[in-house]
Formats: sequence, C-alpha cells, structure tokens
Amino acid sequence: MNTQRLLSYPEAIREALNQEMERDPSVIVFGLGVDDPKAILGTTKGLVERFGPHRVFDTPLSEDSMTGVAIGAALAGLRPVHVHIRMDFMLLAMNQIINMAAKMRYMFGGGDIYVPLVIRTLIGKSWGQGPQHSQSLYPLLMNIPGLKIVAPSTPYDAKGCMIQSIRDDNPVVFIEHRLLYYQKGHVPEETYTRAFGKARLLAEGSDITLVGISQMAVECLRAKRYLEEAGISAEVIDPVSLSPLDIDTIASSVSKTGRLIVVDNAWMVCGAGAEIITQLIERNINMQVHRMGFAFVTCPTTPTLEEHFYPNAKKIASRAYEMLYPDRKPWTPKTELQLEEIEFKGPF
Amino acid sequence: MKTFDTAFIERLYRSMYLIRRVEEEIARIYPTDKIKSPVHLSIGQEAVSVGICEALRDGDVVFGTYRGHAMYLAKGGDLKKMIAELYGKITGCARGKGGSMHLIDTEKGVMGTSAIVGTTIPISVGYAYGLKYNGSDSVVVSFFGDGAIDEGAFHESLNFAALKKLPVLFVCENNFYAIHSHHLSRHHSDNICERAASYGMPAEKIEDGDIFRIYESAGKHIEAIRQGKGPVFLECITCRWKEHVGPNDDFHLGYRSEKEVACWKEKDQLTRLRNLLSSNNVSVIENEVEQEIKDAFEFAEKSPFPEGVVLYEDVFKES
Repeated sequence: MNTQRLLSYPEAIREALNQEMERDPSVIVFGLGVDDPKAILGTTKGLVERFGPHRVFDTPLSEDSMTGVAIGAALAGLRPVHVHIRMDFMLLAMNQIINMAAKMRYMFGGGDIYVPLVIRTLIGKSWGQGPQHSQSLYPLLMNIPGLKIVAPSTPYDAKGCMIQSIRDDNPVVFIEHRLLYYQKGHVPEETYTRAFGKARLLAEGSDITLVGISQMAVECLRAKRYLEEAGISAEVIDPVSLSPLDIDTIASSVSKTGRLIVVDNAWMVCGAGAEIITQLIERNINMQVHRMGFAFVTCPTTPTLEEHFYPNAKKIASRAYEMLYPDRKPWTPKTELQLEEIEFKGPF
Repeated sequence: MKTFDTAFIERLYRSMYLIRRVEEEIARIYPTDKIKSPVHLSIGQEAVSVGICEALRDGDVVFGTYRGHAMYLAKGGDLKKMIAELYGKITGCARGKGGSMHLIDTEKGVMGTSAIVGTTIPISVGYAYGLKYNGSDSVVVSFFGDGAIDEGAFHESLNFAALKKLPVLFVCENNFYAIHSHHLSRHHSDNICERAASYGMPAEKIEDGDIFRIYESAGKHIEAIRQGKGPVFLECITCRWKEHVGPNDDFHLGYRSEKEVACWKEKDQLTRLRNLLSSNNVSVIENEVEQEIKDAFEFAEKSPFPEGVVLYEDVFKES
C-alpha cells in the first residue's frame, strides 16, 4: 500500500531526483562529491550509473564559477541541480547567486531570460560541526528578491518540494538539515509537487503556536510532547517555504492561540523569526511573542558549549510554559522522551 | 594576410562606424541627463568586438561586460532598444531595468552583460555546456577585460571549460587598465596568455589591434571550437580612449598619458577601413547609419517611461 510506504528524508530526495531526471532529460545534477562513493549522504547514489556522467558529475572546487556554469546551462535550456554538501561552502558562491541568478530575469527585463536552477545545500549540526560546518544562512538569502527558498522538515515535503524546485523556472535554494536525514515518513511513490508559499500544520493545538524552521520543526514537535505533561496544548507549524512565506497560515494559528514562539534554525538578528513576527504585528494580531534561535556567537565545537548554542525541545517547552504562566516559577520538562530519530554521530 | 573583398570591408566599416557614432552621440547627449544610466564607452575598442562578431554566425552567442555597447551592436543587437534602455524607457531592451550595463538581445545572441567584473565568464562556460549537451555546433564568445584576469572566476572558468572541452572562445580585451589601475600594478608579469594556456587551451595574443587580424584569428579559432576541439583564449590588446565611466577624456587624472592613447588613435581601425573604401561607398554607409542613429534616439525620446506597476514585474517567471 502506497499510503503506508515509509521513506527516510534522503531516500525521498533521491527518489525525487531519479523521477525528475527520468521524466526530463534537461535535468542535470552536479556538485562536489555527487558521484563519489558517499553520494551526498546517499541522495545522489546510483544517479551517475543510471543517467551518465554528462548528467551527473563531480566538479572542481570552484563554488562560485560552478554556480555561474549552472546559470549559463539554465539559460541554454537545462535544469541544473547544484549541490553544496555544506551551506558554509555556498558562501563562496554568493556573487553568482545574488548578483546574477537572483537578478538576471529582472535586470534583463523578463522576456525569455529566466534561470531554472536548484541549489541544494545542507546544514550541519552536532558532533563537533563547529564554526564552519553548522551555518544556516537562509536569513541572508531571504533578504534577496528573486530567490525562492525552501527548507522542508518532513520526507513528504522534501520529495514534493524537490520536484517543485526542479520544475520551477526560477532559482530555488533547497535547504536540507543533516539531522532531518534520520526522519522517516510517509512518501507516495508517484511524483507530486509541493506548492511553494504554503506552510505545513504539523500538529494542532490551542494554547500556543510554535513555528519551527527546518530541523527546529522537529524540536517543536518534541516540545509539544513535553508540554502535554504540563497540560499545555501547542500548535506546531513548519513554514516549509521561507520565500515566499505563508504568513496567512501562521496568522490564523496565532489569532487562535494568542501566543507565538518562532524557533529559528539560525541566528535571530534580521532572521525569519523577526520577519514573521513583524508581518504579524503589521496585521494587528493581538499576541504574545518570543523568538528563539542560535546564540549570537560563532557555533562552538565542544558539546558542552554547543548544548547552550542551540534551542532544543526542552528549552522551547520551558519558554512556552513561561509565556502561559509568567507568574509561576520556571518549569522544565522532567521526563526524558524517547527520541524518534537517531542523533548524528560522526565522523563524517 | 589575404585580401578581403569590398563588400566585406564595407560590412566591417558599417559596424565600426555605427558603434563609434553611437558612442559619440551618447557622449554628446550625456550632459543633458536624458541618459539615465552610467555609460562605459567603447570608443577605441570597437575593432575587437567587430572583428570577432563578424566571424560568428547565427546561433552563436556572446556574453560581455558593462563596457558592452560595442559587443551588443557588433553582434547585431537592436539599436533602438539599446538607446531606449539608456534613456530608462519601457521600450528598452531590459524595459528600463538594466541600463547601459545590462544590455541584452537574445534574438541576436547577445545573452547579457554584467556590472560585476568576471561574472559572465562562468555563465558563458555554462551556456557552452548546454550547447554541447544538446549536440549543437554553435559557440559562445565570452568577452571580458584585463581586470577580470584578477578574479577567481576567470581561472575557475577556464579550468572547467578545458576539462569538459567546451565550445567557448574567451576574449580578453586588454586595455591595460582596471579603472585606473595598470595591469602590471596588479600582475607579476605580462603573461596573461601563458596563464590561460596553462589551463589546457590554445592562447593567442594580438597586440596591434588590427581588425583583419582579429577577424582572421577569431575565425580560425571559432572553426576549431565548432569542430569540438575545446576552448581557446584570445588576448586582444586595445585602448579605451575615454574615461572609465562617462563621456569625457581623463588625461587630467594623470594615471596615463595622452601620448599613450595618441599612438592608438594613429592606428584607428575606423580610419583605416574608411581609407580602403571609395568616398562614395563611405558616404552611402555613413548616411544610412546616421539615419539609423537619429531614428533610434528619436525612438528613445518618444518612448514612455515604465509605469509604477512595472516595478514588481519580472522578479520571477510564472511557470
């Protein structure tokens, strides 16, 4: 039964790539390591054998120019998927992404100029990923018109968003989180697209809205479980699409609950949380709000500091409790929930 | 050098004259503030664009830089749309959103110019990948200046183009200056061709700006590229007569001498071509071109500016 079929997050991405490459011969996949034995954590495994080295290839360590190559190939009618195994490495490509990919259609007046390009990029976390293997730079990109940005948290949305990204005629930054790779979920075998600009209501609740971005959506779901022991009912939303942003879904939830915590999977300054909350304020929604996100320091390597650096389910639950009961003494979940996924263990 | 027939010389002269006169008209009108965009004039460098673009055929494409008027016109880009673009009008080639530094005419194979040095080089290479992937025998010409040699993208692009044997001709228009900075103040030695060749492609330097030499050399290289032999690098020494940006001379700045430019003016290829043609043929061409230019500026003058609603158009393509 298709409805019962479970896939992991990377399996969902691999299936999307396979299906789209099969459907459309203009789709190509390249990036550092896409055809190596580890195959981007398995997401590109088997593609080169199936589709050939002209469609699936490793590249020189030239992130900026390979992004330009992707743009040029897109102008020539291909649909490139350019993979960065670390989002930190993608910083080397910002010139082409921001000055060219995002702007070309606009600065050349539309018409027949468009850039159907997917940039896959992975965020690392835990086991010493440290300063330059853990960055989550979507707030930088959300600031740029001309880019679409998605960061799905479920395997179902990962597959649907990947297919949508490939078929979209514009540059799409597709953000994957390493820890989400342990997520399993229902994924239909047939192809389907997941429309951008539509958030996913992951769990219903009535007392507080938790908006979690990327892997923080999972932390919010765990926080919801913790909050149950305190008798608090949390609604959990994954925006999925950060640009365009589905503020309507969040607004309608917050209008109901009157309370909101946005948990950014990034630094909070000028971040997605800041944007979401501002848009809600502009709608005159009566609410209590709070932002959570990375501590505003460089991500440390050692686990004792890393623990303080990231938000997690218990911290989110405590903060939610405090919002509901500001006069009570602080509460922290006592029980230790079984983690639904295996934590990432190195070495990578 | 072989001899060229009159019809061909007329073609070259027409293209050269068009570019020179368009640039002169831009310079003349610029102080009126009708042109709503900074301009980086090609005067003095026309022969590189004309010599190379004359060696191309339909289906071949070019990418270039903010100093792109010559390339755009030499490849057949629409003059009216170019002038309207400089005027910021809705009828411009980029609907007034790009200006002088972002010229495009995809029907003629002008695939765009960029204000960021070196950025169109990898895009040219990617386009060449697409052509090869689709089994086309068209070629890409990537135009850039000597400033782009300093950028990582230049080196990354040549490496990848050679690695994949892509159909691209790299053309470095070396006018010696990145704005006011001489190339030997930025480079250890005068070895641009050697550096290009080290990535695995033929590299040739044309030092005298001779339009026939540029044309013949480009033609030979383009033919080889078309046959699938991989990329080629061509360095064309040239001279920008005017200031880096704007319509004026810039000798008062003192970074280069009038004498340095004068020797290039003495071998001006436009004058050279004119002297190869009969005065009658020259005046026929010049009259036609003058009319074309007059029409283009009138078209730009009369065209409307974009309405406010246009601001939010062209961000994304709706699928």
